[in-house]
Amino acid sequence: MNLAAVVIVALAAVLIGAFGLRLSRTTSDFYVASRTVTPLWNASAIGGEYLSGASFLGIAGLILTHGADMLWLPVGWTGGYLVLLVLVSAPLRRSGAYTLPDFAESRLESMAVRRTASVLVVLIGWLYLMPQFQSAGLVLQTITGAPVWVGGLVVALVVAVNVLSGGMRSITFVQAFQYWLKLTALAVPVLFLLLAWRQDGAPELHDPAWTQPLTGDGEYGLYSTYSLILATFLGTMGLPHVLVRFYTNPDGRAARRTTLVVLSLLGAFYLMPGIYGWLGRLYAPGLEPPDTVVLTLPSLMVGGTAGDLLTALVTGGAFAAFLSTSSGLTVSVAGVIAQDLLKGGVRAFRVATLLAVAVPLGLALQARALSIADVVGLAFAVAASSFCPLLVLGIWWRRLTSAGALAGLFVGGGLACAAVLAQITGGPYGGLVGALVSQPAAWTVPIAFLVMVVVSLLTPGRIPKGVARTMVRLHTPENLALDRGDWRPRD
Amino acid sequence: MNRPEHRRVSVTSPRTAAARRRRFPATREIDEQTRVGELYMRSLLRTQFRLAMFVCTLLACVVGGLPLLFLLLPELRELRLLGIPLPWLLLAGLIYPALVGGAWLYVRQAERNERHFADLVERR
Repeated sequence: MNLAAVVIVALAAVLIGAFGLRLSRTTSDFYVASRTVTPLWNASAIGGEYLSGASFLGIAGLILTHGADMLWLPVGWTGGYLVLLVLVSAPLRRSGAYTLPDFAESRLESMAVRRTASVLVVLIGWLYLMPQFQSAGLVLQTITGAPVWVGGLVVALVVAVNVLSGGMRSITFVQAFQYWLKLTALAVPVLFLLLAWRQDGAPELHDPAWTQPLTGDGEYGLYSTYSLILATFLGTMGLPHVLVRFYTNPDGRAARRTTLVVLSLLGAFYLMPGIYGWLGRLYAPGLEPPDTVVLTLPSLMVGGTAGDLLTALVTGGAFAAFLSTSSGLTVSVAGVIAQDLLKGGVRAFRVATLLAVAVPLGLALQARALSIADVVGLAFAVAASSFCPLLVLGIWWRRLTSAGALAGLFVGGGLACAAVLAQITGGPYGGLVGALVSQPAAWTVPIAFLVMVVVSLLTPGRIPKGVARTMVRLHTPENLALDRGDWRPRD
Repeated sequence: MNRPEHRRVSVTSPRTAAARRRRFPATREIDEQTRVGELYMRSLLRTQFRLAMFVCTLLACVVGGLPLLFLLLPELRELRLLGIPLPWLLLAGLIYPALVGGAWLYVRQAERNERHFADLVERR
């Protein structure tokens, strides 16, 4: 039955994707669906794309293991949209760029900054994709006993077929569908679990080291908490698959309203992982691997046919999570590879899609298995240390220069990537080094901002010539008849 | 001004629409990047940036303050409301509607700022 759920979700994704096929014909369709998607569709699609396996399975697993301190993870993954809303959403949509490298090029008028941004998009995308494939393998192994590489391969294949057949437009439909599927797949079982818990006499959890914040994980708990908050709140705006969605809004005002709807949708979803973590600690403490707690609880607590049905539902939801996030990331990474590393056009996009999927699949089979939410958290840290300063300073500070942006991207992104590499290949490290490496954002983000500002102030001659016009384009409402320059993203 | 002196001159109060009329609409000042246009743009950016910073500061106080509060007042960690430990009630529940509420207020104010700017530059 669980396998049937996986097959149904995969088939549905492919069919809905094919349904959008006849609508996508030009290159522009492939990248941003011609910007005709309505705000509710768009918000559902952002939610569907954003809620990855890390949100669906990983958070509950981390809460089960580490307790209350991990509640900050979903808070940050939601609150990041508030920061994105106030600092970035409308100006970014008004910039008219398709991708982050587009934004970098149009704002700083420099191909060097564009290429650096492209490389970072690809790195963040691969870092985010790798744990999705790993977890898909883990889930399929848990429910069918299949070897661990099978699940990752299945997800990679479905995503590749989907992206190749429809591009962005079909992805928007698929993603919107996936949000509601994931919400249902987590909400219905949680009701049954809570009923079972009440019938069980509503047992209490007496484990203060787990239920109370700042009590576990050694002496650097406060540092880790703050670093996690910084990475998640500032990293959201730098995620390539999230940003590409903002270009599908008709204007800056719609971009803001879409973000508001996204916040509500995510807030509703993130009420649930905490409950799974709590019940998991009560009924399945010491579960191995903890990432499977969401899949295990229904059969453990409800049992019988109802338990089997609920397990099938959460399994389907988990695969929806892997598929949706991987599709969104693949579109973004492939778009950047096609535009900046290949010649561009639909054919290049197809080659790039295969590249975008194959590399993280290979990495997933090689790298050491970390918790999915931990690896995704590292991707947030890299985004917060590179694209966050680029976007915030680029949108609000006229004196940002191409040299400053380049230096900041190199130093901030480089340091964060080095920490990630150390964490994934080596580790776990102990003591202060361990805390600094596993949660790098608290030191890499300030360094990135500092480098960008200082180098910009030292190179005043390299302020882009068109900065005044660019500021008009970024900040004025579209209904005003103003000269916004003639920059257009390349097809 | 250097017309022959015998021409009649109409003397009007400056408080009429005719006196306030400018030669160009402000959109043209912005397009031609005059100093007046620059001033309009800077005022828009400053208003929107102040609003953004206000929301970010508020957010930083809440999310930055909570861990500190739990650190300095450990008894808060044990406190229970409605049978739920306070940290869980806040972090797994109430913080989400608070974020949505903050976002809603921001969107309203940001759109208001933009309408104000549009009124300002389109007034003739």
